[in-house]
Amino acid sequence: MSIDISQFLDTFYEESFEGLDIMESELLNLDVGEADEEVINTIFRAAHSIKGGSGTFGLNAVADYTHVMETLLDEMRAGQREVTQNAVDVLLRSVDVLRSMLLSLKDNEDLDHDTIAKTHRELKVLLSGGNSPTESTATANTATESTAEEKVLGWTITFKPNADMLQTGNDPVRIIRELDSLGDISIEVNTEQLPELELIDPELSYLSWTIKVSGDVAEDDIKECFEWVEDECELSIIADKPEATTPASVPAAQERREGDRRQSDRRTSAKSSSKKPAESSSIRVNIDKVDDLINMVGELVITQSMLSQIGDSEEFDSAALERLNDGLTQLEQHTRELQESVMRIRMMPISFAFQRFPRLVHDLSSQLDKKIELVLTGESTELDKTVMEKIGDPLVHLVRNSLDHGIETPQVRLDNGKSETGTIELNAFHQGGNIVIEIKDDGAGLNHERILAKAIDSGVIKKEDKLTPEQVNDLIFAPGFSTAEVVSDVSGRGVGMDVVRRNIRALGGTVEVQSEAGVGSVFTIRLPLTLAILDGQLVRVGKETYIVPLISIIESLQINPEMINSVTGAADVYKLRDDYIPIVRLYDIFGIEADTTDITDGLLVVVENEGKKIAICVDELLGQQQVVIKSLETNLKQIDGLSGATILGNGTVALILDINGVMHLYQHSRKLSTVTSHQKIIAA
Amino acid sequence: MAEAAQQSIELTDISNAEDDINEFLTFMLAGEEYGVDILRVLEIKGWDDVTSLPNMPEYIRGVINLRGTIVPIIDLRRRFELDVLEYGPTTVVIVLRVQSEGHTDRTMGIVVDGVSDVYQVKAENVKKSPDFGTAVDTEFVKGMAAVEEKMVVILDIDHMLNSNELSTVDSLSDG
Repeated sequence: MSIDISQFLDTFYEESFEGLDIMESELLNLDVGEADEEVINTIFRAAHSIKGGSGTFGLNAVADYTHVMETLLDEMRAGQREVTQNAVDVLLRSVDVLRSMLLSLKDNEDLDHDTIAKTHRELKVLLSGGNSPTESTATANTATESTAEEKVLGWTITFKPNADMLQTGNDPVRIIRELDSLGDISIEVNTEQLPELELIDPELSYLSWTIKVSGDVAEDDIKECFEWVEDECELSIIADKPEATTPASVPAAQERREGDRRQSDRRTSAKSSSKKPAESSSIRVNIDKVDDLINMVGELVITQSMLSQIGDSEEFDSAALERLNDGLTQLEQHTRELQESVMRIRMMPISFAFQRFPRLVHDLSSQLDKKIELVLTGESTELDKTVMEKIGDPLVHLVRNSLDHGIETPQVRLDNGKSETGTIELNAFHQGGNIVIEIKDDGAGLNHERILAKAIDSGVIKKEDKLTPEQVNDLIFAPGFSTAEVVSDVSGRGVGMDVVRRNIRALGGTVEVQSEAGVGSVFTIRLPLTLAILDGQLVRVGKETYIVPLISIIESLQINPEMINSVTGAADVYKLRDDYIPIVRLYDIFGIEADTTDITDGLLVVVENEGKKIAICVDELLGQQQVVIKSLETNLKQIDGLSGATILGNGTVALILDINGVMHLYQHSRKLSTVTSHQKIIAA
Repeated sequence: MAEAAQQSIELTDISNAEDDINEFLTFMLAGEEYGVDILRVLEIKGWDDVTSLPNMPEYIRGVINLRGTIVPIIDLRRRFELDVLEYGPTTVVIVLRVQSEGHTDRTMGIVVDGVSDVYQVKAENVKKSPDFGTAVDTEFVKGMAAVEEKMVVILDIDHMLNSNELSTVDSLSDG
């Protein structure tokens, strides 16, 4: 009993969340009316292991809750109960509640008791609806609730181990000793069953006990002592009340336990407010990937020993030099392979991001009275875990959008000669160094007239502007743009596609839309496979080396002094063909020293972000290389104008520019300087 | 059985030791001796050039590469607004593990004039700091310890390295 089980808690949570995901997706697979036995079995198993686990960890609220679900599922499994749509819906809601319960427990937050109680009741009603046993307990429950608050003087425990309990390695003496540590106890032993000495089988247990524990002891604590033997004994725990006329029934005890739980929750949350447990996340890795890594490291060790042999040799001749070169080439190759394998560990199939959509579509289609079929393809396409976590919300937004605005109501669809059921396809695949995710619907497509009207209305474009169809489509990504006539609960709250585009751009990706009126729309998201590595251009400003993401560079050029125009003396712009591009002096906004402040001696790196261009003035272009992105936030915090740092070949740290942040810094410094010049004028 | 008993005695010894005696690494800063909990010290290294960060206060010298991790370096003299001293051969960087609320432990380095000693101090000998004129804001002082007839200022590094610009909570930047 002395094992500290709390170390397994994280694993329990992780597995439970996985179990809940399984339950959710299987519930959605469940055909109402004629349910597949195997599907119900899967759901049952998931519920059962959550119940078992939560019991072991003393998360009784979860265990009790899951128990009711399990009972319901068990009856379905045994065919005693029909699978109705209502039952599935209640179970789905229960899955949500369970998930939020586990989340709260994990973060040491208070449970949402109202919602829990509500769905708990729903489940109970469902249970009693078929077999009718729980109606009475419900009333018993309310009747005993009042007594539950009373203080307990002590507990009377009758404990009668099954004869073979000792064979499972459980020793009653230890349990009693454990009880002794809780409070004062008095024990009566019942030796009735004890046979004659010569008949005793030392492996069997013959005794039973009546134990009185006095003092204010939580029932939970007592139960914990018997946790491992619950199924192997006859056990009753009865509270001694001040006016102990009616022994508390089980529901009352349950109620008490909830109360205790709540109290202890509050206690832990008070403790945790001073120091929240640090977030740690883990991923599951396919064993093959790990084996690959081990192989690679083995190769690396061999290369290393080969190289050190060359180093140890007495004479260093040209033959040794050749071997050294060979060794170094091998080393380089292994290092690269090792790097790739390590990167692969972070890759997860996109099904993790896709798996929430069946539920979403299920819920929304019933809410919107639409008939929708969801088709998922390319679920095994892999992408970086970090990218996956960040792409979830934009994807949800796009799918909701397609559901709400794209797919028409069944009647409209029939009128337009389409099938009643609309289709939404989610497709993922690799293309070049990118992953492409398509969200395709066969709905109405984008309404160009409405988009144009709205865009002119909100001043995004002018009436005279002539736009190509692609440009019109692109307008939906403009900030504050929503064509939904009615602001619905589902989408169209103003924060829309511009946020989606911004989030995807933040990941270094793009999103675009193609659409044909009456046929449907396709949203295409392109994302880099990983956020951990970046192609960068190294530039030097004074003593510092910075890295500019290659993806945002349009061109780098020598400055032609004639092309520099000064605007109101405060800002310089550079005329590049037809464009006027503001010149950003990095040394200025970063407050460092450059070789020269005369920009005609420097070089310009023209970069683009969100359609805006700036020309960053640097002293020297150094070279291009792939760099591993390291976070500055881990040990310090986010710094304006920087997206991270990396370590160069010589071991020093170089900072990676965040073009968007640099633009903000630039605009901010301009604002400041115009304010000061303005003040100067006033002062003059 | 005897072995087990032996072990349990040893265990209690250790736990007693932990209760009573704390070890501190002390360092010099402008003629005064300061101490930090030795369990928080990850390593001590000589001063080396750093990569400076843009638009950061003077006392955040920059970042270094510590075996693949980016570690910020804080100059304690500048942090406490003392006279700036040219870095010399004794100047060292003490790399510390800093605990911050709602954040995983952070690794940070502090630049000090030189390391001094390691002392074992009984917990009862660490006194609350009276509000008198150390160069250091008493806010960051955990207590004072009397060691060999001199006073060592024990610093609260978690508090110190989580204040102002070093805070994990981003102040709302208007940039």
